[in-house]
Amino acid sequence: MAHAVEHEYTTTGLNHRKMLMWVFLGSDCLFFGSLIATYMVYRGQSLVGPYPVDIIDVPLTTISTFVLLMSSFAMVQALAATNADNKRGIVSWLLATAFLGAIFIGFQIYEFNAFKNEGLTLGGNLFGASFFTLTGFHGAHVTLGIIWLLAMAVLGAKGRLGSKTSLDVELVGLYWHFVDIVWIVIFTLLYLIGGFDAGPAVPPGG
Amino acid sequence: MASITSVIPRPTSYAGIWGWITTVDHKRIGVLYGLTAFVFLLIAGLEAGVIRMQLASADNDFISAGRFNQMFTMHATTMVFMVIMPLSVSFFNIVIPLAIGARDVAFPRLNALSFWIFLFGGILMHMSFIVDQVPDAGWFSYANLTEKPFSVNRGLDFWAISLLVMGTSSVAGALNFIVTILNLRAPGMSMMRMPVFVWMTLITSILLVLAFPVITVGLIELVMDRNFGTHFFIPAEGGDPVLWQHLFWVFGHPEVYILILPPMGIVSEILPTFSRKPLFGYPFIVFSGIVIGIMGWAVWSHHMFTVGLGPVANSVFTITTMLIAVPTGVKIFNWIGTLWRGSIEFTTAMMFALGFVALFIVGGLSGVSHAVSPSDFQQQDTYYIVAHIHYVLFGGSMFGIFAGVYYWFPKITGKMLDETLGKINFWLIFIGMNLTFFPMHFLGLNGMPRRIYTYSAEFGWENLNQLASAGYVVLFIGMLVFMYNMWQTRNSRRVSHDPWDAPGVEWTISSPPPPYNFAEIPQILGRDHYWIVKENAEAAGTRIMEPEALVDPSSIHMPSPSYWPIFTAVGVALIGGGLLSHYAISFVGGVIVIMGVIGWGNEPAAAPSDHH
Repeated sequence: MAHAVEHEYTTTGLNHRKMLMWVFLGSDCLFFGSLIATYMVYRGQSLVGPYPVDIIDVPLTTISTFVLLMSSFAMVQALAATNADNKRGIVSWLLATAFLGAIFIGFQIYEFNAFKNEGLTLGGNLFGASFFTLTGFHGAHVTLGIIWLLAMAVLGAKGRLGSKTSLDVELVGLYWHFVDIVWIVIFTLLYLIGGFDAGPAVPPGG
Repeated sequence: MASITSVIPRPTSYAGIWGWITTVDHKRIGVLYGLTAFVFLLIAGLEAGVIRMQLASADNDFISAGRFNQMFTMHATTMVFMVIMPLSVSFFNIVIPLAIGARDVAFPRLNALSFWIFLFGGILMHMSFIVDQVPDAGWFSYANLTEKPFSVNRGLDFWAISLLVMGTSSVAGALNFIVTILNLRAPGMSMMRMPVFVWMTLITSILLVLAFPVITVGLIELVMDRNFGTHFFIPAEGGDPVLWQHLFWVFGHPEVYILILPPMGIVSEILPTFSRKPLFGYPFIVFSGIVIGIMGWAVWSHHMFTVGLGPVANSVFTITTMLIAVPTGVKIFNWIGTLWRGSIEFTTAMMFALGFVALFIVGGLSGVSHAVSPSDFQQQDTYYIVAHIHYVLFGGSMFGIFAGVYYWFPKITGKMLDETLGKINFWLIFIGMNLTFFPMHFLGLNGMPRRIYTYSAEFGWENLNQLASAGYVVLFIGMLVFMYNMWQTRNSRRVSHDPWDAPGVEWTISSPPPPYNFAEIPQILGRDHYWIVKENAEAAGTRIMEPEALVDPSSIHMPSPSYWPIFTAVGVALIGGGLLSHYAISFVGGVIVIMGVIGWGNEPAAAPSDHH
């Protein structure tokens, strides 16, 4: 697709692939919206522990959130380097973005493992089910983004990225920033607001 | 990575079976969608036959209760996801690029991928019959009936995973059509000059893109409950079955408009053509469609009036549901306004379009009667609802689709369906449909519940049920006539490019259209483009008898056929199939998808010209 005709005629003047990406991200909003809705509906409904207050480590996840935010900065730099036809800049900023994303995933793996050791599982309670499903699908999105970034870095190293094909980098950037924004919502709701929830708000049967 | 592309040489031939398997031509993909959906229509029709046979007499034991559950579940699931939706998509594919003056869709290979994933998803769903673990919890599969303790075999896994697979196909297809319609309109085709069918396709595609992620989450949670030990919908563990209902109907109600808006668009093309006057109140029809698309998100709980959401929620959703009847009514009045003082020509397509309007009014009126929540308490889960949905989905959607088949068949094949057979077909379907479903209104109000596999003679429901079953036989014969009509066209003579003297851009080119559609991208003159062109010619003292001239195909650079769509789709299907059998198969599927994406990315959309 990188070889597609760049100056093809479109009615709106917007590129096909860019429009496709925007509409897809709209669709993905509803996907995460539904997962977040599930979490919110089941907030405080778990019948047994562990409850968020027992295991959520806000400072630790603040660090990984900061790392993910910095990856968006690297992504912006990668696009700027592409527009400037700076081949070394393209490759190194794309790799930096992927690397920061990988650190975030590393934190998530550590966190999932620690939570599991403290007794939080998919089947244990509703908090575990909705937490792992939501953050797990977010992590899958980040992982997909990392693979995409690495593929783009390979293309960059081959000299196939530059100001003429900057859309290729822009698209992965759109996706990456979107996934980043979704994490900000998740971090706010699951950690900053929901992270201190104790047992059920209403006792079972009450 | 380039080596992967060179292992499999790019297909270059358009001929034979491989030409179809590797095709990226929107017209061929449309035909594939249509034929596949028609096969599923026959399967679902036979399932309906089994249901009607079982209910034809009281205390019948033609099939067991369990088998009966499988029949109504698969009938509805197939009809919604594998018949009406793909038949609409078939029309999107065949008509949209032609109607907006484009040479293909924006992403031809993605279009092929959508079809193959749909086909494999449908096959996956029907594999459940081979292993005899058929889904049996109804098309909306309410929790917690769908949980392991109540549904021990893998039927519901087949249901959920096949729908997830087909969902990716629907979203990919819808993304494609949104971009195509916004971005590939010919010069002069402003948004308010687009044919109504194109508008309805755009709105439907936006609904699809936004609604499917919601059901995707619901299905994922269901699969996790059944396979990975979560308790999303299990009340004993604190889960809430009503959450499933919300997720299902937040998707499910926009889905209703996904099923009906495209046929509304088809009818809005056919009524003006055969009334020989422009569509009455075009902007009102367009804006009503947009309003329906927006308000469709605010009515989902009218499917849940008896769940116990409380008087406030029920009142709010009663009001929003009554309100959404307004734009629908606006459309109906505009269609009638189109007919008013027109010189009406009763072709088969026109008769089906008129049948659509009439039967959709009946379905709409019964719909208003259960929009009122107190009245709905009497109707919930009775045959009255079955009557309603068949009036809107058979009398509505299917009639619109039949109308579209008769209207566009000459464009896509160059042959005309026989009009006499067509009229026999229409009357059989029309009478059969009313005979089958009209008695169900009375059965429902007399208290016959949905989804019961038999009933006692004492209830007095037997006569009306026999009438409904007799109606099925009439419908069945009607379908046979339709199939024969399709079959006999192989001998019929070729027709001109514009047999209906129609206004649409698609009628300016030859029938069937050449692979490149338009030798030169047309300049669109107005809403009824071809009528304006023909009138201008007549004013100048000439008549247009010929389609746009054909040119040497190699002079127009078209997207080349590709193996990657079907290759990638196999991977997607294996991921789904593996979740149902062995996870190793899913892993293989994942590897195939990754290879497919790499191969796809390295293959230019159109082969270099020297290949020709």
